[in-house]
Amino acid sequence: MLNRRLFLQGSALIGCSAAAHPLMSTATFAAAPGENRLVVIILRGAMDGLDLVQPRGDAGFARYRPGLAALAVGEEGGALPLDDFWAAHPGLAKLMPLWSAGELGFVHATSTPYRDKRSHFDGQDLLEAGTGMDVPVGMAREGWLNRMLQAMPGVQSQTAFSVGAEEMLILSGAAPASNWAPASRLDLSAQARLLLDHVYHDDPLFRDAATEAVELSADMAPGEKMGGDANRQPLKLAEFAAARLREETRIASFSVGGWDTHRNQPGAMKAGLRRLSETVLALKDGLGPVWGKTTVLAMTEFGRTVRENGSNGTDHGTGGAMLVAGGAVRGGRVHGSWPGLAEADLYAGRDLMPTSDVRAWAGWAMRGLYGLDASLIEGSVFPGLEMGADPGLLL
Amino acid sequence: MPSVSTIAAIRFGTGLVPRKAGPAPAPLDAAALLAELNGPDTLPARFPMITRAEAEALAQQVRPARRAAEEGTRAGDPAPDIAYRALRQELRFVGNRGAQMAIARAVDAPIGFRERLQQFWGDHFATRARNAEMGPMAQVFAEEAIRPHLAGRFPDMLKAAALHPMMLTYLDQTVSVGPNSKAGRKGGGLNENLAREMLELHTLGVGGSYAQADVRQLALLLTGLSFTYRAGWQFDAAKAEPGAETVLGEAYGGAVPAEVSEIHAVLEDLALHPETGRHLARKLAAHFTSDDPDAGMVEAMAAAYAAGGGALVPVYAAMLEHPAAWASFGAKARQPLDFLVAALRALGVTGERVAGLAPGGVNNQLLAPLRLMGQPFAAPPGPDGWPEEAADWINPQGLAARIEWAMKGPRSWAKPLPDPRRLLRAALDDAAGERLTWAVSRAETASEGAGLILASPDFNRR
Repeated sequence: MLNRRLFLQGSALIGCSAAAHPLMSTATFAAAPGENRLVVIILRGAMDGLDLVQPRGDAGFARYRPGLAALAVGEEGGALPLDDFWAAHPGLAKLMPLWSAGELGFVHATSTPYRDKRSHFDGQDLLEAGTGMDVPVGMAREGWLNRMLQAMPGVQSQTAFSVGAEEMLILSGAAPASNWAPASRLDLSAQARLLLDHVYHDDPLFRDAATEAVELSADMAPGEKMGGDANRQPLKLAEFAAARLREETRIASFSVGGWDTHRNQPGAMKAGLRRLSETVLALKDGLGPVWGKTTVLAMTEFGRTVRENGSNGTDHGTGGAMLVAGGAVRGGRVHGSWPGLAEADLYAGRDLMPTSDVRAWAGWAMRGLYGLDASLIEGSVFPGLEMGADPGLLL
Repeated sequence: MPSVSTIAAIRFGTGLVPRKAGPAPAPLDAAALLAELNGPDTLPARFPMITRAEAEALAQQVRPARRAAEEGTRAGDPAPDIAYRALRQELRFVGNRGAQMAIARAVDAPIGFRERLQQFWGDHFATRARNAEMGPMAQVFAEEAIRPHLAGRFPDMLKAAALHPMMLTYLDQTVSVGPNSKAGRKGGGLNENLAREMLELHTLGVGGSYAQADVRQLALLLTGLSFTYRAGWQFDAAKAEPGAETVLGEAYGGAVPAEVSEIHAVLEDLALHPETGRHLARKLAAHFTSDDPDAGMVEAMAAAYAAGGGALVPVYAAMLEHPAAWASFGAKARQPLDFLVAALRALGVTGERVAGLAPGGVNNQLLAPLRLMGQPFAAPPGPDGWPEEAADWINPQGLAARIEWAMKGPRSWAKPLPDPRRLLRAALDDAAGERLTWAVSRAETASEGAGLILASPDFNRR
């Protein structure tokens, strides 16, 4: 708790005794719920699951995507072979060691219950609210991670963190959760800190918030600043999340955008997946020994059309994919049941048919990580969900 | 306790301003606040927003431009794509300009009670653009549906706001079709979203005496309201559910063909329902005075609402004339927008200065700080608007962003920075506490002094 003392450096300067400083008191955190970590990354913009992990063994794939799938698997710049059927987008190259180690996997042909309207805004709301189409979109004001927290014992304000300035509906709700954007740094002189400490002394709301802010801000490496480089932002979010997860935090969520690839999909996917790969690696590096107890779920609001469009991209679809990583997941495989790409197998004649509810995977993950009852998950965390049999996502 | 005049400026206005040379201005009180509201509204002409015609013209360009860009890319012609990107940027700039003008008005308002009410009612009817097309419409909504009714009747504001294109698209009314209507027999269905929020948020309130059946009946009654970018707002009788609907025991509708006047009738009744009066009274009192407002004040306001037939000025008067409005101070936190506006006022910034910012400056100096403080402009988290309680705003992230801005932001607005002791007086007058006054006199630089003042609980509470 060294950071808490930042507010106190040189307190003799203005003649306050340390004992009079509330910021001196070391906060104690009750034991968090177990040791397992869950990170949920929201991929905003509808990531193309068929490009992420490509069903090269399905004859339909090359037929629908003559441009996007022009390069053969294993060819220079082409997709990376995973097994006889699947290949990974080349942008995932940096994650291949994790695949080999069984710490990276995918879920294919999965989606939320959202159907037909294909709006990002509504799709993301539904993904984060964890509700079905029976709740009018936009009316859900609570996220499923928050409802999960409400069902867990011993939850403190630090147990769950949403990271970044982006609003995260997924963690909004009645249960306490913290938020921090690593872009916020308190660059205060020692004198300013002391004087601010003095000004906040009698106001617990401001005092406690400032104390925590100083501590969180100090978690950033000195001199480091979130610049305008959008490519580095998710990395910063991941580094910060990992630092919190190394301590009392167990659940973290943030978003990575840039997946709405209507045009020039090869370039956008390559950059986006490189960014996502680095983000996952930053989590792994930052988590160190607790990576083994970690589950990362990267999910998106919906998939994209099976056919490539006329501008070297894809349009809004239905079934998509989820990326899973961490030492706690059963990696090295593509989970889920493959619906096929024959004309009759498509959803509405255009999209990948979802064969699972993305909430079921998340539900089984929280059951495995935190021991929540299936009835509770189906009743309150994801109301109306039928989890089905354990799909074996976790080890 | 600060004086009544200071409380009036901070709690009910957009903040104190530096004293000008010359005779002391008259102290503020309830009468001064009401006089500002009842006086002419001169700020919109000085800081204009986009008109509905302009917003619709822009929105109509989006889809054709997108199609042209896609076709151009296919054909190897980059020009339409460049034009499309330019249009998207124009839409963003127009949206940002709306924020800029709203802030300029609040900065220049003599007291700012009207601008605070504009924010309050805009938040009561919270909406958010769901796509690029609707971006510019947000300010049209504020200007057409909210502002003309701030000192008018709530039933009129309800009709203007709840039936506005911005609300119809935000709460999915545009896709709602009467199941037995001409259009409904071919497909589509009922969407209850707007009907539910009208009862739960806009009128009776969540504890109100309505049932699911009322929601459904109201949803059926609302069918026919439509808006498309091409055709604009219209009432489409072909989508309207035939027959009468019963809402809270009263029958509405049944005309052949269906008419929008039936919807106006139910809104008038819902607006004048006693539970609506109590809901609005409590919400106003909670916003302006305390998260747990004085029961007597709320009662007086609800009674004024009933007696005035939904007129709003008597309700404000009942609040301002109640002793509880002035009997305590500091229970609430300024929301980020209020914080930023009050800080600019204290620094002596003019509305012209705000309105003169280039688009990049608008983002860096106004919109980005608001985002970090947790209140992105015109983007509330849901139809229930922004949270009200102090603890929702003064959290580590939100406070850190306020402190950062307080320490660094003023430098780009005031050159040179004012002497901290003078700024303390300008920003807080007799609301400055002992701890703050002591600390400000020990700041090492003017910039740090400004930072302490603007980051203090004294300045952030109201």
